[in-house]
Amino acid sequence: MNPPAPSPAVGIRRTLRSALFIVVAMFGFGFALVPLYDVLCQVTGLNGKTSGVVAQAEPMRVDEARTVTVEFVASVNLDAPWEFHPDVTKLQVHPGRFYTTHFYARNRSARAVLGQAIPSVSPGPAATHFHKIECFCFTQQGFAAGEGREMPVTFRIDPQLPADVHTVTLSYTFFRLPEQG
Amino acid sequence: MSTTADQIAPAHDEHHAPRGLLRWLTTTNHKEIGTLYLVFSLTMFFVGGTMALIIRAELFQPGLQIVEPYFFNQMTTMHALVMIFGAVMPAFVGLANWLIPMMIGAPDMALPRMNNWSFWIMPFAFTLLLSTLFMDGGGPAGGWTLYPPLSLQTGAAFPFVILAIHMMGVSSVMGAINVIATILNLRAPGMTLMRMPLFVWTWLITAYLLIAVMPVLAGAVTMLLTDKYFGTSFFNAAGGGDPVMFQHIFWFFGHPEVYIMILPAFGIVSQIIPTFARKPLFGYASMVYATASIAFLSFIVWGHHMFTVGMPLAGELFFMYATMLIAVPTGVKVFNWMATMWRGSMTFETPMLFAVAFVVLFTIGGFSGLMLAIAPADFQYQDTYFVVAHFHYVLVPGAVFSIMAATYYWLPKWTGHMYDEKLGRLHFWCSAIGVNVLFFPQHFLGLAGMPRRIPDYALQFAGFNMISSIGAFLFGLSQLIFLWVVIKCIRGGEPAPAKPWEGAHGLEWTLPSPAPLHTFQTPPQIDPSEAHG
Ligand code: HEM
Ligand SMILES: [Cu+2]
Repeated sequence: MNPPAPSPAVGIRRTLRSALFIVVAMFGFGFALVPLYDVLCQVTGLNGKTSGVVAQAEPMRVDEARTVTVEFVASVNLDAPWEFHPDVTKLQVHPGRFYTTHFYARNRSARAVLGQAIPSVSPGPAATHFHKIECFCFTQQGFAAGEGREMPVTFRIDPQLPADVHTVTLSYTFFRLPEQG
Repeated sequence: MSTTADQIAPAHDEHHAPRGLLRWLTTTNHKEIGTLYLVFSLTMFFVGGTMALIIRAELFQPGLQIVEPYFFNQMTTMHALVMIFGAVMPAFVGLANWLIPMMIGAPDMALPRMNNWSFWIMPFAFTLLLSTLFMDGGGPAGGWTLYPPLSLQTGAAFPFVILAIHMMGVSSVMGAINVIATILNLRAPGMTLMRMPLFVWTWLITAYLLIAVMPVLAGAVTMLLTDKYFGTSFFNAAGGGDPVMFQHIFWFFGHPEVYIMILPAFGIVSQIIPTFARKPLFGYASMVYATASIAFLSFIVWGHHMFTVGMPLAGELFFMYATMLIAVPTGVKVFNWMATMWRGSMTFETPMLFAVAFVVLFTIGGFSGLMLAIAPADFQYQDTYFVVAHFHYVLVPGAVFSIMAATYYWLPKWTGHMYDEKLGRLHFWCSAIGVNVLFFPQHFLGLAGMPRRIPDYALQFAGFNMISSIGAFLFGLSQLIFLWVVIKCIRGGEPAPAKPWEGAHGLEWTLPSPAPLHTFQTPPQIDPSEAHG
């Protein structure tokens, strides 16, 4: 019927090459999902990820007419030997103005430990409107055995915050970092 | 084994192949490799089944009677890994090996040596995986989905589990590449793509799914490994990572994976139903397109496994509608099978019994899938026995029944003997009743709130759990009938004609039974009226 195809060996080699290409590309794609995921979360503020960088301190119009409640939550990762809590659990803030509040952490163990606080803002869409110019979460925090201290956060809420958001929760989880630091 | 002169004589080695174990170890023949895969798969089916019976024995009554909770968790995890990667997937690869060359008129698979490798990796992978049960700290117990941080708490077994998963992945990728290369390059002249039997079509699409997603799984488990041992923080929030990201990557693999386990089943059923309805398959082309659209859609629905993890509303809606969209091509298939049977002269030999049961019971699983796809409703169902009921309906009377149907259907071709029809029917009825007694009550348990993966439960769940466990033992023990039928058929029985099924079409039935080791050394003539069985 049809004319005989050229020797299958050539075709097989070509198929093999393109299939292997797909395999390698998809293995790479799996890893590419990692930065992609971060970018997506950053751009959209999904997942409550605030941008890790220090916000610019340029002046903004302060919206005195609007009041937003900011709640502070502190939690400790399972095996971390901390005492960790916010000094105040709630602040009434005006968008556009800077506020500073403190969290208190104490190392309850008899050894020096290194910790890292990871912030999360909810609701998710508020995350991109939550700017921090100073935060203990920007750096790793070392604690001597039994040491405790106050750690500041300075932030402001962007006046662009969607009008239907009345309460923003800033939550920190304090993780213990591996020993060598 | 000593090497004799004629064994190393060039070009004749296939006629003087080594005997005994070495023959199986070195074979590059698609039929022998197919047999190896099928035997391996059956073995794993019984290993995984034993684990399932341990689970159901513990759940027979509330309270802890038989096993430690930690061992129970190892059983749920291992049962899933063994059944998915050891029983269902290798069975389909075995069937592909046996059938695809015979169906498209090819002399063998395109890459016979790689074929040998892809099989022989499997026994090593599973020896490794199963050996973790005896290691310090036991085997993996955090669920087959390996979510961190829980899975990172696995003991000494962890790197071995990851290695085993890598080996299974390499094996299935090699198998898939072989299928693609065979179908694209070795079809007999005149066997155009749109004349291929549906089993070949569904496997071609499955093979593409495999090479697209197995590497993603490999990446995900590699990240777990480096997180645990090399200080990376892909999924560790303390280092800037995110455990939820694992779920995204895993389900990007995971959802196409469930279709990897069902598309070849669709192919099998599309071969068997026309044979016993004595009518050509209704809507051949729409079957091909439906399969392709299911495969495509399967890449964009992974979020339905993560509705409760925390997603923006737009995400919930997107994944909800995309998931429901899959029901459309799936519905096309079910409709076509029914239309094929409609006014057919049907007879109900064992393969047909399993195929008809597949259509009915798989559809029940599809419906519970649709319920789960409703994002707001899933908040109630997620992580309950309802999910367990759903995926077991699509996997056991779905994928597994199709494999059994295929075994009965092609066993005469493989062995040259007819199987014992009475025992086959007995096996079918025990299995069909057992599977429903086993899994149907789990819907009610889930709706009432019983969580999955727990060794003990509240008293109000006792009744349905007891019924479910009784069904489990009925189903499990009736598989011994299957084993017996298969062994009996291999050892003897009424000689099978070349075409034991009156209504069958397709190239494989033009070959004598048992099919000789080497077939279609010269390509056959394709009769277009006989095309796509
Ligand atoms: C109409 C088609 C289907 C729909 C709409 C569907 C939908 C879903 C949804 C929404 C879930 C997540 C439930 C939850 O965790 O809350 C799920 C789970 C699952 N489905 Fe399906 N499904 C379908 C077909 C299939 C098929 C054909 C298979 C396999 C052959 C399958 C296997 C699974 C498995 C294994 C899980 C559970 C995974 C786990 O959490 O361990 N599904 N399905
Ligand atoms: Cu899914």
